[in-house]
Amino acid sequence: MPEVGAIATKVRSKNAGPFWLTIDIFCGGADAFAQIRDGLSTERVASLFGADARTLRRFDIPALNVIKFSLPRPRVQGSIDDPDMHGASWAALLAEVEIN
Amino acid sequence: MTRVLIPSGALGLNYDPVALERGLEMQPDIIAIDGGSTDSGPAYLGQGVSKYSRASTLVEWQGLMEARARAGVPLVIGTAGTCGADSAVDWMLDITREAAANLGQKVKIAVLRCSQIQADMADAYADGRITPLGNAPDVNAESFLSATNIVALAGAEQVAAAIETGADVIIAGRTTDTAIIAALPLMRGCHAGAAWHGAKIGECGALCATNPQSGVIVVDFDDDGFTVTPLADGAHAKPETVFAHMLYENSDPFILYEPGGHLDVTEADYTALDERRVRVTGSRWVPSDLYTVKLEGAGVAGYQSVILAVLRDSRYVAGAQEWAADIVTRCRAKVESRLGLSPESFHIEIRLIGQTASFGALETRHDMPLETGAMGIVTAETPELAQEIAKMLNPYLLHHPLTQEEEQPTFAFPFSPAEMQRGAVYEFRLNHVLQLRDPMDAFRLEVLEVA
Repeated sequence: MPEVGAIATKVRSKNAGPFWLTIDIFCGGADAFAQIRDGLSTERVASLFGADARTLRRFDIPALNVIKFSLPRPRVQGSIDDPDMHGASWAALLAEVEIN
Repeated sequence: MTRVLIPSGALGLNYDPVALERGLEMQPDIIAIDGGSTDSGPAYLGQGVSKYSRASTLVEWQGLMEARARAGVPLVIGTAGTCGADSAVDWMLDITREAAANLGQKVKIAVLRCSQIQADMADAYADGRITPLGNAPDVNAESFLSATNIVALAGAEQVAAAIETGADVIIAGRTTDTAIIAALPLMRGCHAGAAWHGAKIGECGALCATNPQSGVIVVDFDDDGFTVTPLADGAHAKPETVFAHMLYENSDPFILYEPGGHLDVTEADYTALDERRVRVTGSRWVPSDLYTVKLEGAGVAGYQSVILAVLRDSRYVAGAQEWAADIVTRCRAKVESRLGLSPESFHIEIRLIGQTASFGALETRHDMPLETGAMGIVTAETPELAQEIAKMLNPYLLHHPLTQEEEQPTFAFPFSPAEMQRGAVYEFRLNHVLQLRDPMDAFRLEVLEVA
């Protein structure tokens, strides 16, 4: 089964302020968009980040072939156990998920 | 029509001088650049200092002051000195004085200050004028009183007040990223939705185009939309690159909250005008009933010492997690007994670089690397205690065996002394908004001349 990162053109993550993380999946085309949209459930993404699915926001944006997730940061930015000040490495966790 | 020249996503990131020259030839009405963000963490706000080097900031700012004088238009920086606290604004003012002297310029400067008095904010919280946003930390009066810096984010109204002074240079403390770009188009009656939307698209410079590192763009605002023109060689704005910037560092790609209302781009229409330029219409500005500004606050979370060891022995690399967990347990017990500290008053973590340092327990892959960095992070209530604890951690990181039976191992230390004092560590305290009767209530504006 392919990984999300292998299907998509680019997966990036970043802070959306100190308390939120946002992850953008640039699918690169309508087929890849449909494959990732249908193969990647919101619940699975929430569990990947240890988040409550109810707090996770999902945007499927066909005009850009982008799927976006925003969720409370796994660790508040800059807290003593925050491993990633800019929130930029979390994208890899999602890029490595295998889907059908 | 109002033309805003944006030299770069942030002062300190440099800009393309050739592209800037093209921008000046287009006769902009204002030059606007962002000076900061919370993106690099709470320490800059906590300490009230800039992330960028003073020398780099001076060189880039002097170049923009020269450009401003030639264009004969105002130059505005928002969130001066990374955090926008008064001390960072003073730092930027000092740099401006030096640049003016170097250039032999006489300039009128407007300074917009955004720092808040801790006790006033505690009172505002007690009065119910400060309310939480999503995922806000718990706060009480002490959260405000012990904060080292609290700033309010100015919007277009406060930046407009600064522009109205007729100043050549405007040094604004903390502003929203968009406010410095949206202010003049709004003052001149351009379409409000377009003003805020174009400002959001332009806030990171050419990040909304191809060749994003090139920095310089121009955004034209008019009665029903805006047009983005990147100016560097090889930089092209396309409908996708412009729309995609709404996603950037934004939890909701269609809605953006600002002082006084919110931007809604659900119905926005993006059209390529040619190879390089994109026109956007259909953005909507929705005014709010209450006028609120966002607050940012940071305070000391403790004091830190760190220590680094590197494991290269493959058995230790494979057993690093249990090895680290055992060290933390033993070291914690030693700290409690020898220093008489309560368990909740200090924190010891060993972060395994090369294994789980990025995601901790959420890591899904566990392939064994060739070597593993073991970074001990100690946080305590004073720098002396953090250093004492790090010194107790040191012998474990140097010699702790995986099993009792084996000969004492020794691991690689790259530094002497091994314990590195990081000083105060800061935390963000607020994700809240403050209600204001008048937009200027939380801000101070002063005008001065430098010759």
